[in-house]
Amino acid sequence: MYLNQYLFLSAVLFSLGAYGVLARRHAVLVLMSVELMLNAVNINLVAFSTYFDQVSGQVFALFVITVAAAEVGVGLAIVLLLYRNLDTPNLDAVHEMKG
Amino acid sequence: MAPQNVAFGIIAAAMVVSALRVVTTRNVVHSALYLVVVLAGAGGLYVLLAAEFVAWAQVLIYVGAILVLLLFGIMLTRAPLRESAELDTDQRWAGAVVALGLLGLLVALLSDTFGRVKVEPVAAVSGEAVGESIFRVFVIPFEVVSMLLLAALVGAVVLARRDD
Repeated sequence: MYLNQYLFLSAVLFSLGAYGVLARRHAVLVLMSVELMLNAVNINLVAFSTYFDQVSGQVFALFVITVAAAEVGVGLAIVLLLYRNLDTPNLDAVHEMKG
Repeated sequence: MAPQNVAFGIIAAAMVVSALRVVTTRNVVHSALYLVVVLAGAGGLYVLLAAEFVAWAQVLIYVGAILVLLLFGIMLTRAPLRESAELDTDQRWAGAVVALGLLGLLVALLSDTFGRVKVEPVAAVSGEAVGESIFRVFVIPFEVVSMLLLAALVGAVVLARRDD
């Protein structure tokens, strides 16, 4: 198997995630797109870990998974607060700092 | 063709199609369910790369926990369970241009750098090796991450509770 198979797949997933972050309005969908991007990074880390025959890439992937879990927890709390205060989960309703 | 290549092709095709649906579908719940396919496919890729512990962690944490959390988020914000045209912003085309540019750049750089490099998983990396690496080489980052999880937990509770 070529290393590029994995790298290209993860590039596609990362770009799709970036598109989702930019184009989605619903805050939970934006969080999902961020998860997509983090997963693309993880695929890269594990692919390089196997390529270099070292465990550290996998350990980093595990750290990324942990941080992603923390991020989703705090992110959803923020989305919930947003919904409670503005009555909408849409991110373009958050424009109070706009001059 | 080697069986690994066939497996990779099937998993990769399913992942790309599902990821596309995650960011384009007009139904929030469908989006979450397509994300399951992408996350499970990533787990399958880790198995192909002989990283079994990461594969298990992926299934347990992503598919088991994070996705349930996201579904809770959908439920608690009373997202429209039917098709809704309001999920996308009007910057969709700008976003597509940015994403395509990013993809083109990444693919050009990667094929330039790793054109014919092969990756051959020799033997499965055991959980033992991963654990040894975590608790010997990366023990301080590990402790930092556990503090981060605690902080995130407390932060989420403080943010989400009502003060009344």
